Amino acid sequence: MLPPSRGRLFSWGAVGLLVLNNVEVIYDHVILVLKGMSLVVPEGKIVALLGSNGAGKTTTLKAISGLLKSEKGQVTDGFIEFNGERISGLEPEIIVRKGIFQVMEGRRVFEHLSVEENLIAGAYTRRDRKNIRADIELVYGYFPRLRDLRHRTAGYLSGGEQQMLAIGRGLMARPRLMLLDEPSLGLAPLLVQEIFRIIKRINQEQGATILVVEQNANVALGIADYGYIMEGGKIVLEGEVDRLVDNEDVREFYLGLSDVGKRKSYRNVKHYKRRKRWLS
Amino acid sequence: MTFFLQIIITGLVVGAVYALVAFGFVLIYKSSDVINFAQGEFLLVGAYVALSLVVFYQVPFLAAVALTLTMCVLLGVVVERLVLRPFIGERVISVIMATLGLSLLMRGIIQMIWGTETRVYPAIFPDAPVRLGEVVVSQVYLWSLGVALVLLAVFTVFFKYSSTGIVMRAAADDQAAAQSMGISVKRIIAITWAIAAVVAAIGGVLLGNINGVNPSLAYIGLMVLPVVILGGLDSVPGAIVGGFTIGLLESLAGGYLDPLFGGGVKEVVPFVVLLVVLMVRPYGLFGKEIIERV
Ligand SMILES: Nc1ncnc2c1ncn2[C@@H]1O[C@H](COP(=O)(O)OP(=O)(O)OP(=O)(O)O)[C@@H](O)[C@H]1O
Ligand SMILES: [Mg+2]
Repeated sequence: MLPPSRGRLFSWGAVGLLVLNNVEVIYDHVILVLKGMSLVVPEGKIVALLGSNGAGKTTTLKAISGLLKSEKGQVTDGFIEFNGERISGLEPEIIVRKGIFQVMEGRRVFEHLSVEENLIAGAYTRRDRKNIRADIELVYGYFPRLRDLRHRTAGYLSGGEQQMLAIGRGLMARPRLMLLDEPSLGLAPLLVQEIFRIIKRINQEQGATILVVEQNANVALGIADYGYIMEGGKIVLEGEVDRLVDNEDVREFYLGLSDVGKRKSYRNVKHYKRRKRWLS
Repeated sequence: MTFFLQIIITGLVVGAVYALVAFGFVLIYKSSDVINFAQGEFLLVGAYVALSLVVFYQVPFLAAVALTLTMCVLLGVVVERLVLRPFIGERVISVIMATLGLSLLMRGIIQMIWGTETRVYPAIFPDAPVRLGEVVVSQVYLWSLGVALVLLAVFTVFFKYSSTGIVMRAAADDQAAAQSMGISVKRIIAITWAIAAVVAAIGGVLLGNINGVNPSLAYIGLMVLPVVILGGLDSVPGAIVGGFTIGLLESLAGGYLDPLFGGGVKEVVPFVVLLVVLMVRPYGLFGKEIIERV
């Protein structure tokens, strides 16, 4: 068994496209949520960020994308670097232009816009306007269902279709780094598989680096190169995916597997988890 | 019959101005949930500034209008920055008080500068009336109607198809999501206020050319309420349809009911409509449906 949280267990060698170093985030001047969060996302890789509810995963993504600002959140310590450049504290519209795009938790499509208008909105920061048409086709290539629904009002799409649209809209910005916040939320298992396969393809074919936050550890670790596990506002465990899935605690708490590989009932896991936390 | 047609044409012209002013009101409401009680004052500013340029500075009419609209763009942006932005995140009632205060302040300043008597534009549109079948209509009416209709059509197309229009609708739907794609919500709201001030000012110039300008024209800022309640607070097509409907109803009431009751019906009708709509269809004719999938 790996000891929890003793610095970086595995070195990436290469320098990260995105680096968070000891980041502290405070909401409303008093609520301390990130308490020395550090992680590295190397160019071209898929990194999974796992953790239970309220661990601070969404806050981490918002600190990176700058969306924290409109929620009265602030990076009060540490720093965030993208491509060797400090980005902590910049406005979200600047950060998007630098090549980071956050696909927010809960899909957040523009309900009264058509599917295609949603995609056009995603391309807002692009300067190469003439390539937008081609990129809409690219998105339809990844998500053929969206092509059939192109003129449909986005609010009436199913949850899965909305998630496809949310990811496609992110693709329209042609980001170097895509932040995905729980793309599996509320979707049927088969659809989750499909969406994660497409995320993997986007990573391989478009060269987009991906940081994905997930509750569904199975499917996230299935496509990721490296995984981080956070609890109470900091990283408690990290490692290359192959090593992580062998870790006893990860198997138990995040993959829902016991030592013999048997699935535990959800209730048991939750109960047990309350007693044994990573940092207590 | 002739009388009836005269009334319809008057109603359409007044309705077109209502539609313009309501259009700006709805844009602001959609983009930032702000109820702007100062739309009527934007209209007054437009009417007075253009008039002053033409009368006192001898600026040719079209140039005067262009200057006025440029000034209104600035006015809209400045008002948003100085008056509304400090209220972001405050309670609805505070924001309403802010725009009410703005309306009174602007009206006070306007009266200080231009006084209260009615001022008239020099004849800009040809005097000769036009015959439409049996009806005789002065050209200024037709021009006003035409200009308003073209403007409304241009803006409708702008919102439907231009990328700025799409982005403005996106930000109205979900501000945080819009921000996440690099859209500056502050910039969108500034554009909204600029457009609202400009369309109201155009309404003011048109009305001013018909009836002259005096501070009581600001009542149109209040007439916007029945219009948008009828059309739906957040619906652009609703503002247009509502504007023409209220304009027509008002004109019909003035023509047929006022003589019977000795006056006053015309002024009351829009607010009767407002109350009835609130009772039977609070979201208005075209109000945004809250999308709920089943
Ligand atoms: N705007 C905010 N103001 C104050 N506290 C907040 C705010 N947003 C989040 N928090 C708090 O910060 C903590 C972490 O929230 P966060 O949304 O980052 O968790 P998460 O890991 O994404 O959880 P989940 O898996 O449920 O989405 C929670 O305790 C939450 O209550
Ligand atoms: Mg979250």
